[in-house]
Amino acid sequence: MNTREGLLTLAGLGGALVLASLVALILRMRAGPEPNPVLDNLSARIKAWWVMILLLGSAFLAGRTAVIVLFGLVSFFALREFITLAHTRRADHVAVFLSFFVVLPLQYWLIGADWYGFYTILIPVYAFLVLPIVAVVFGDTNNFMARTAETQWGLVISVYCISHVPALLTLDIPGYHGRDALLVVFLLLVVQSSDVLQYVWGKLLGRHKIAPALSPSKTVEGFLGGIASATALGAGVWRMTPFRPWQAGLMALVATMMGFLGGLVMSAIKRDRGVKDWGHLIEGHGGMLDRLDSVAFSAPIFFHLTRYFFTP
Amino acid sequence: MILEPMVGTLITSATRLLTGAQALWVGCGPADTQRVYFANHTSHADFALIWSVLPRPLRRKTRPVAASDYWEKGAIRRYLIHRVFHGVLVDRKHITRDQNPIAPMRQALEEGSSLILFPEGTRGNGEQLQPFKSGIYHLAQAYPQAEFVPAWIANSYRVMPKGLPLPVPLLCSVAFGKPMRLETGEHKPEFLDRLRHGLVEMGNA
Repeated sequence: MNTREGLLTLAGLGGALVLASLVALILRMRAGPEPNPVLDNLSARIKAWWVMILLLGSAFLAGRTAVIVLFGLVSFFALREFITLAHTRRADHVAVFLSFFVVLPLQYWLIGADWYGFYTILIPVYAFLVLPIVAVVFGDTNNFMARTAETQWGLVISVYCISHVPALLTLDIPGYHGRDALLVVFLLLVVQSSDVLQYVWGKLLGRHKIAPALSPSKTVEGFLGGIASATALGAGVWRMTPFRPWQAGLMALVATMMGFLGGLVMSAIKRDRGVKDWGHLIEGHGGMLDRLDSVAFSAPIFFHLTRYFFTP
Repeated sequence: MILEPMVGTLITSATRLLTGAQALWVGCGPADTQRVYFANHTSHADFALIWSVLPRPLRRKTRPVAASDYWEKGAIRRYLIHRVFHGVLVDRKHITRDQNPIAPMRQALEEGSSLILFPEGTRGNGEQLQPFKSGIYHLAQAYPQAEFVPAWIANSYRVMPKGLPLPVPLLCSVAFGKPMRLETGEHKPEFLDRLRHGLVEMGNA
């Protein structure tokens, strides 16, 4: 990565977090000494953001392999959360084992090897066909279709979709050599700040629920404000991307819309299973999938749009 | 030896990576009182799981009660149960007057340890809690000072089901319930029933 640009980006993110930490501190001082769950959650969230940005930052400094390994671990934790809520039975055990210890590493290895033709079909074609065969050998037909579909869904969301974040590093964009890490930062920045901004706008102005059956805390005002401000942010940082300002804004709009809608899909799964969070990995945020549901839905689309329109 | 604590840490770290090992202190906190944690048993990962969720100072004092017919087989199992877990071995097969399985447990308690006990006696099928063996009642009679704490292990059957020795990563938790003691004049069936209910309650929590 271009060092000056990288440092500038890190400084920008660090500055935003310092600001957030200061705001939390002022709110805490104003609130007085009584315990306050909202502020506790805010502090925990900000602390977790520090950890996440430090992890990501050091991976970028260590190079492409480190970034791929980091997202491989992210997928591991995400898949662990997904399969926990799936209805797998004893007969699925070997198929699930293969998902974690063969399919997942292979997917990330293929990304490291830049084998586009294979990593785009490994899970949708090969895992899709082979894993049900492995499960059916055990002869348990109880709920077979649902079990198989759930395992496949888990792999697609947690491994296939999330792996498209580091896959951005393999794109050969003319005039953008050596800067591709910034494209990963752009995607994560836009989608994650959209989540945060939707929350903030919702808290400030939220009146009308947008999808009460799926996610009672999401409001129309939060949605509009969050998407609009994250899109503006994306257009504003166009210099770190290979896009023109309007293109960066449009890409940010697509990514944040996919992220929002993906968040609804993932809440529907949680509601169906009667849980509030996917897990407890990240204090204040819930599980890995609670933080990355929007990224999982936006990354493949962002990847393909970039690949189709910006690579030869 | 310096190696055993490292092996112990390796096992708890691997358990955390596989299961997330979350402790839910529902009916009590992780206090340094003498306890017998009694848990449902569905997987070989169960020992390691309870062990991993206990805070380190408590972990050192907490010994699993294990079946000698299983753990005395093979050098690795022997090493793990004796040197790493400091297990209290009981003989399930030959119970006689001089081979009282309560004696080693009672001795471990008298030495100040806490215990992890699987009162079903063997691994279940992950669906229904098996009836409790009466040993836990005799232990409560022999050492009434100890608190009996129900510990419900969720999901570990799916991590490593019986007969499939491949571990799969899934989130597991251990829910600890309210400590119980043998009441004066309480008979065996009532006591076992009360313990069992305490554990089932944690399973539904």
